Amino acid sequence: MPARDRRRYAAGPAAPGGAPAGPAIDQAARPAPSGVGWDAYRSPGFFDEMLVGGGARAACAGVLGYLAALGDDLLERQRAAELAIKAMGITFAVYDDADNRDRSWPFDVIPRVISTQEWSAISAGLVQRLTALNMFIDDLYGSARVVADGVLPREVLASSKNFRPQCVGVRPPGGIWAHVCGSDLVRDRDGTVYVLEDNLRVPSGVSYMLENRLITKRVFADLFRDLDIHPVDSYPNRLHAMLAALSPRGADWPTIVLLSPGAYNSAYFEHVFLARQMGAHLVEGGDLMVDTDDCVYLRTVSGPVRVDVVYRRIDDLWLDPEAFRPDSMVGVPGLIRAWRAGNVAIANAPGAGVADDKVIYSYVPDLIRYYLGEEPKIANVPTYLCHDDTARRHVLANLDELVVKPANESGGMGVFVGSFASRAEKELMRARIEADPRNHIAQPILALSTAPTLRDGRVVPRHLDLRPFILSGERPYVTQGGLTRVALTEGSLVVNSSQGGGSKDTWVLDPTVLGVRPNGTDDG
Amino acid sequence: MLLSRFAESLYWAGRYLERAEATARLVRVHTELYLDLPRAAGVGWSPLLAVTGAGEEFLDRHTGPEEDDVVAFLAIDPKNRGSVLASIAQARMSLQLSRVLLPTASFEVVNKLHDWAAANPAAAIDRRTRLAWMDEVIERCQLMAGSLAGTMCDDEAYGFLQIGRYLERADMTIRVLDVQAAVLVGQPGEDAGGEPYHDVTWMSVLRSLAAHQMFRRSEGGQGGGVPGPAAVRFLLREERFPRSVEFCLASTARTLGALPRAALPLASCARVRARLRDLRPADLDAPGELHELADDLESGVGALHDVLTQTYFRLVAAPPAMVEPA
Repeated sequence: MPARDRRRYAAGPAAPGGAPAGPAIDQAARPAPSGVGWDAYRSPGFFDEMLVGGGARAACAGVLGYLAALGDDLLERQRAAELAIKAMGITFAVYDDADNRDRSWPFDVIPRVISTQEWSAISAGLVQRLTALNMFIDDLYGSARVVADGVLPREVLASSKNFRPQCVGVRPPGGIWAHVCGSDLVRDRDGTVYVLEDNLRVPSGVSYMLENRLITKRVFADLFRDLDIHPVDSYPNRLHAMLAALSPRGADWPTIVLLSPGAYNSAYFEHVFLARQMGAHLVEGGDLMVDTDDCVYLRTVSGPVRVDVVYRRIDDLWLDPEAFRPDSMVGVPGLIRAWRAGNVAIANAPGAGVADDKVIYSYVPDLIRYYLGEEPKIANVPTYLCHDDTARRHVLANLDELVVKPANESGGMGVFVGSFASRAEKELMRARIEADPRNHIAQPILALSTAPTLRDGRVVPRHLDLRPFILSGERPYVTQGGLTRVALTEGSLVVNSSQGGGSKDTWVLDPTVLGVRPNGTDDG
Repeated sequence: MLLSRFAESLYWAGRYLERAEATARLVRVHTELYLDLPRAAGVGWSPLLAVTGAGEEFLDRHTGPEEDDVVAFLAIDPKNRGSVLASIAQARMSLQLSRVLLPTASFEVVNKLHDWAAANPAAAIDRRTRLAWMDEVIERCQLMAGSLAGTMCDDEAYGFLQIGRYLERADMTIRVLDVQAAVLVGQPGEDAGGEPYHDVTWMSVLRSLAAHQMFRRSEGGQGGGVPGPAAVRFLLREERFPRSVEFCLASTARTLGALPRAALPLASCARVRARLRDLRPADLDAPGELHELADDLESGVGALHDVLTQTYFRLVAAPPAMVEPA
């Protein structure tokens, strides 16, 4: 039996989770071979991504063997990763801290591993989902067959906050509206993967997925040689190719701009990153103008330069003061006019966010059946629509066991978790639901899966989710894995980086090729 | 292909960096002159306000040109947009906006300059520390210029930085000539039995444009007083001296030559240079004539600024087609 070590590397609250802190042991009496506590790691009651009953899952055997053999050196790797993040200047912006607006990206060095076999099934499910969603959006802004056929109730569409009447009748190239999607996946207690939500407006996080990989390649260079980990870094090229194909002029070198709200936006780091990686111009609203020919131009010192494709990272309502909110200072007057005239492509297309509505989300399995004649390959989380009287009665009677979400917020805004809510919060939620049932949905509280995470020098289970990115173009593309976000606080289900979340690199690897290398090294 | 937004912020960064340095030098040299001359010489602080064109703004808030108030106003007053500290802050902000185009190390220089200056504002006022404070600003501005020149591609972005610098510098030289030299040129020198301190004052004018040594060298090391018309000519037209109006405009024209769509700005620049070329002797030694010349040059440089703005920074869509009133 390996020696149990209880040495702590940092002061702080007792390490929670599977590894009880226990009484301190005289360290001089017994040197510590492996201080991070792999052998004590347990995640009772949850599906753990890496370990099951104290042993490695099939896809994780190689990685776990390596990590365990590192012993205390794992902590050195964590420190190396944090130094790399500082040196590379990987930051995210927080609004509520004026003195420290750009913070270092919180990163956990232990990767999250998914087998190639499982990932290819999930990928196929995501492609299926996005194909149906794009057909749905195109249908809604066209003949709305889905409503006429009674699949989607007319009142749901009529009351959807993200339906844009300005977009009715527009036919974007290929009928594609949601070119870039970041769907959030979670895994429940029994291992089933669910789509928690689709982000079809301006999903962010992909740059962190790419940076996470750069970090782990620095920190675990030896592992990358021995394991068959799928690369992720083709994403910017695929994004660029997808955008270039949208160009209305069909030029070889279309002018592509990334339209950002500016340096004060929380995702500005990503805007700079993607623009650089793609060789696109990083622009703000004031850099673009729409002339009387209904074409979009870039203001440059060489004069106006025609723009073919706008990859916008601004929400619909702020995109064009002529078409949407007249008080927008970050938009481009006339942009929608130019788009409707077919003179510029916009990705994602305005109006695509209609399918982000969490009420419409609950219809996605039906939409897949309706448009594709197939059964959904990835499950939806069961959803109660509060505007339905029976469902609402159920929700109000069982608030303790449900998550309630506003139908049209993003980024985890306004999410209510019944098991964590106080009596007053429950009363407030009850009143909100009754006042505006259309804009509230409820779902069972999922027991999100966990993965080993370093906290205070020990490996402990922490809950996580996964945001893969799906590009929809002539040929769909799904990232290998995606951005794994982890709730760093014990028991917490909140993975947002603005609220104490961190991230991990996600390794999609094929366990069956392990050990068949001609000069396979035994990394015991 | 440089975005207009970046071009404009770089241009202003160049102007504000130059303004910070020039204002610091002005305050530094005037302080020395003030300390040198006896009270009876009647040297006050109002000429500095006149050079920077901020006299009215100053008098709105102060009773008279007291030393400490004038120096605080010119050095550290955040409300005076032309103060040294405000200029540094605006230069930094402009560079921040176009940071993607800059060498990281250069941005750090301006960042440190700002943090240093903002952390020691009182040292700019106190006579014991004032000269050192101004020297430090000048040195750090020079460091910034050197850092950019030594590490940045000589491309469109650098071109706009440089044009901003040259126009600000030309502007400052013209202002100093207008306010300070114009008073002196009408007076007889000390040798000719004129005003005492005439030479000292002349040297101070030249020093405030960092021109004294170079002027002396160009004069072949002759001793004696400062020949006024020669000094004015030097500051206006010496094509080898980097702060003369001609040098700044020639450099602007050369930089414009590498930029797209430069016909109008080049023509505007050529008009100012033509006025410089056709000087008459009277322009250089009659106060009224020198004032008029300075006015012409000043408005010429202003016109060039406007043309640059129209050409490069303020591209507008064609006006909407006229609709006949119903």
